[in-house]
Amino acid sequence: MIVGRITRISGPVVTARGMEGIKIRDMVRVGELGLVGEVIEVKGDLVSIQVYEETDGLRVGEPVQSEGRPFLAELGPGLLGTIYDGIQRPLEVIRDQTGVFLARGASGDPLNRSKRWHFVPTAQIGDHVAYGDVVGWVQETPAITHKIMVPEGIRGRIVAIAEGDYTVDEPIAELDTGQKLYMKQLWPIRRPRPSAQKIAPALPLITGQRIFDVFFPVPKGGSAIVPGPFGSGKTVTQQALAKWSDADIVVYIGCGERGNEMTEVLTEFPRLEDPRTGQPLMRRTVLIANTSNMPVAARETSIYMGITIAEYYRDMGYDVALMADSTSRWAEALREISGRLEEMPGEEGYPPYLASRIAEFYERAGRVICLGSPHREGSVTVIGAVSPPGGDFSEPVTQNSLRIAGAFWGLDARLAYSRHFPAINWLTSYSLYLDVLQDWYIRHLGADFLAMRRELLEILQKEDELKKIVQLVGRESLSEPDKLLLDIARTIRDDFLRQNAFHEIDAFCPLKKQYYMMQAILTFYKACQRLVGTVPYDELAKLPEWEQLSKMRYVPNEQIGSFFPKFIQELSTLSKEAVR
Amino acid sequence: MNAPLYAKAYQTITDIKGPLVFLRGAPEVRYGERVTLVDSLGNKKSGQVLEVGEDSIVVQVFEGSDGLDKKGTAVFFSGDVVKLGLSEEMLGRVFDGSGKPRDGLGEIFPEVERPITGSPLNPVCRQQPFQYIETGISSIDLMNTLVKGQKLPIFTGAGLPANRVAVQIARQVIRQSQEELIVVFAGMGITSREYNYFYQEFQKSGALANAVLFLNLADDPTIERILTPRLALTTAEYFAFDRGRDVLVILTDMLNYANALREISSAREEIPGRRGYPGYLYTDLATNYERAGIIQGQKGSVTQLPIVTMPNDDITHPVIDLTGYITEGQIILSRDLDRKGIYPPIDPLPSLSRLMNLGIGPGKTRADHRQVQDQLYALYAQGKELEKLTAIIGSAGLGETERRILRFVERFEREFINQGEQPRTIQESLALAWDLLSEIPRAELRRVEDKYIDQYWRGARP
Ligand SMILES: Nc1ncnc2c1ncn2[C@@H]1O[C@H](COP(=O)(O)OP(=O)(O)OP(=O)(O)O)[C@@H](O)[C@H]1O
Ligand SMILES: [Mg+2]
Repeated sequence: MIVGRITRISGPVVTARGMEGIKIRDMVRVGELGLVGEVIEVKGDLVSIQVYEETDGLRVGEPVQSEGRPFLAELGPGLLGTIYDGIQRPLEVIRDQTGVFLARGASGDPLNRSKRWHFVPTAQIGDHVAYGDVVGWVQETPAITHKIMVPEGIRGRIVAIAEGDYTVDEPIAELDTGQKLYMKQLWPIRRPRPSAQKIAPALPLITGQRIFDVFFPVPKGGSAIVPGPFGSGKTVTQQALAKWSDADIVVYIGCGERGNEMTEVLTEFPRLEDPRTGQPLMRRTVLIANTSNMPVAARETSIYMGITIAEYYRDMGYDVALMADSTSRWAEALREISGRLEEMPGEEGYPPYLASRIAEFYERAGRVICLGSPHREGSVTVIGAVSPPGGDFSEPVTQNSLRIAGAFWGLDARLAYSRHFPAINWLTSYSLYLDVLQDWYIRHLGADFLAMRRELLEILQKEDELKKIVQLVGRESLSEPDKLLLDIARTIRDDFLRQNAFHEIDAFCPLKKQYYMMQAILTFYKACQRLVGTVPYDELAKLPEWEQLSKMRYVPNEQIGSFFPKFIQELSTLSKEAVR
Repeated sequence: MNAPLYAKAYQTITDIKGPLVFLRGAPEVRYGERVTLVDSLGNKKSGQVLEVGEDSIVVQVFEGSDGLDKKGTAVFFSGDVVKLGLSEEMLGRVFDGSGKPRDGLGEIFPEVERPITGSPLNPVCRQQPFQYIETGISSIDLMNTLVKGQKLPIFTGAGLPANRVAVQIARQVIRQSQEELIVVFAGMGITSREYNYFYQEFQKSGALANAVLFLNLADDPTIERILTPRLALTTAEYFAFDRGRDVLVILTDMLNYANALREISSAREEIPGRRGYPGYLYTDLATNYERAGIIQGQKGSVTQLPIVTMPNDDITHPVIDLTGYITEGQIILSRDLDRKGIYPPIDPLPSLSRLMNLGIGPGKTRADHRQVQDQLYALYAQGKELEKLTAIIGSAGLGETERRILRFVERFEREFINQGEQPRTIQESLALAWDLLSEIPRAELRRVEDKYIDQYWRGARP
């Protein structure tokens, strides 16, 4: 075992000497307390280590011990419903050890060692198995069957396998090579988990959020970024997606953000029901919390820890959605560590490798055919919040993320100030996935869904142009059809795009309802267009239908089928007489 | 921070630069440890180890390095991190920015000592905030409610009365809570005029008995400002989590704190971030601001009201921006309102309390609170737009409703926001709100349910 001595301590970075043979990214234990760290630079006989705990109290000369392996995630049944810190310490176990405040040197097994899981084999004695093959399963939650897969580097013929109750440390099968299979496996977090093949995403991640499902969809296996100034709604958006999107598994990473927000998830998710399974949302969720006052270096790992867990469930054939709030804090952690290493700074002090790190992270999103048999397809969708300084999107983290991610959901301070939520700017945001999703939309929602989408966007674009004119010469100078268009645009903005994340009905809007809402607005628009030549627009502006349109979003889900067809029918038959 | 018994003195200073002292050959030194420096005249200063290497150690000197020299100065290492002695006796006392009594009433006898950097609360032990704090100010209580355990900054501009608002809040929360709540007040880089103001106001109103003050003056050492908020927060955590009290911490002005941090960073020749602030400013601010909250199953809470000046009224200034990224909303003071003579000049439009919903409603404030807030906000926003429009194209074309909305805006500013020093209970604020809403035709009150309109609306007066 390699043991060195500390020569320098500067915040989260410790330098040590006497560690010949140590490799970059090896995990080490620092000082007498055995603080967890990772080797990030080897320069001559000096080794730089980022330490995942506070370094207060360390002294020059204290030992640094190599663990002889990189940082590993522990994967197996029991991840769901758990909250970990950035280095996968289960925070509930830590609480029982160190009390309400986090103390250094605490440790806890990521997976419960004493819990017994009922293992059901699907492979049989005599089967040849290799990396990725499913040998059996465990019912991890009532809705999630946890597939037990052969880990990397193992191959052979099964000589023993039996149904029964096992802990994650007990072998569930044995191979002719003498190797044993366990329900727990380890994976180095910085290395993407391989798959048989990456395939093009084709199914949308249905979020129940109108602006995403209609305007800027992201597919299962795609990636999106949510940049925005403080208070513009990044976290509320991410939490709404974690709650309502139709992923099987959600990995939620609180990276350098608020403690109270983690508490919010921990308080709400166990109470909320997954609309598809009826199970508490917490049971499909893995939480990783490295709040802003927890050690900086562990922000970095929290991102990799999260995505490794996401890939692991993907490999079972699940659709996983990962939210990272906020990737900027991760980038800033990189910058801080890089500064302590006195590396040559790139743009705005970020290290030159910022772009490649961001790219590597988003590249771990995707839809895949999983390794091994039976055939499984799974996906990881990545949604990253970005917190640009001053809300200025020209900064490096936003720009580098933008280049990689397929959807850009730009939050706008002006909209947030006027309490238009979600404050997503409909003119600057985009999704590059429309082409791949087109087929799905047409097959499941009809050809007119996308046509209506286009119409709404066109109206909003036209509104933008008209508004400039209004600012110069006032509304009165507009033609009657233009006045109508402005009010329709306002209806689209206020009554369709706006969506209150805290309203019990509006928080989640089924696709069918989204469809009807668009149809209602456009039907009414056409009816008004027919009348606008014969009736003064000011009369049309007083129609009670405007108010009815503003209430559509509160129509309960079970009344969608009865309410909308009738409502739309009435709108379409609007006549001159009715106006009077 | 009492003087320790020193094991060994080092007289090995190699360099003195700004607030930093570099020395050699102290092998036992711990990272982050507290240091005492004694100059050739016997004057003591305290400091903290910022970096340790095999052959050099960097110490930041809180009182500044003035008067230190390489040869004559002895450096003592305490073997321990910077700690603060705490006890109930601190109530009613005034300390300086480094924790020494400033009121001439002698040292306190500490019951416990705690490291001033604190430790992060385990997120699973936090209790989601659920109770509001009555500040007596309508534009906060009704419009942007402060909730126990929240961190809600006040963003202000040079010359705006943020300190007056802070003192008023301190006084009123103590009173409205029947002295259940205590205030820990930290002033960083305040002028002696402000010092006298704070001290006298606290004393005059009797609030001092339920407060602890840490005051670092503008001519006190800058670097001490790094300590001041940490001392205040350590004190607050003691009263909240050892003694079960609800504590409101007022930190003014965090811009001065950040500037002290910048000074150290530039002395260390670190790569500067935006406007010269160090790249770790976010993390550093967060380790202070995150020291707010409630613990599950325990009494007591720490609520923070940091005050931050926006240089040139620029909300994108890094210190303001990062504060906004860490805290749970913001209260913004407006120069426009101040010019109109409105006090407190809180602009409701850009202000936001993100935890408001957790602290209001039936059984807490009143069932109609959320909707009344929504309605006032919408009407005020609409009215302000109208004001802008009429400034361009005149008021000739305005309809009756629009005129009423403009009158509402006028009254909202003159009566509702402009409440002066007189505290209002939340019930009084709501009553006034309904009085203003009665200017508006019923049909325009779209954000309020009928049942509340029936109950509280008095009919649009002609
Ligand atoms: N969809 C929404 N519906 C209703 N309110 C919303 C919505 N989105 C945001 N808000 C409001 O905006 C506030 C701020 O949102 P949020 O906390 O998500 O901002 P953020 O972008 O994550 O900010 P920060 O960068 O500081 O973390 C919320 O507390 C809430 O009041
Ligand atoms: Mg956020």
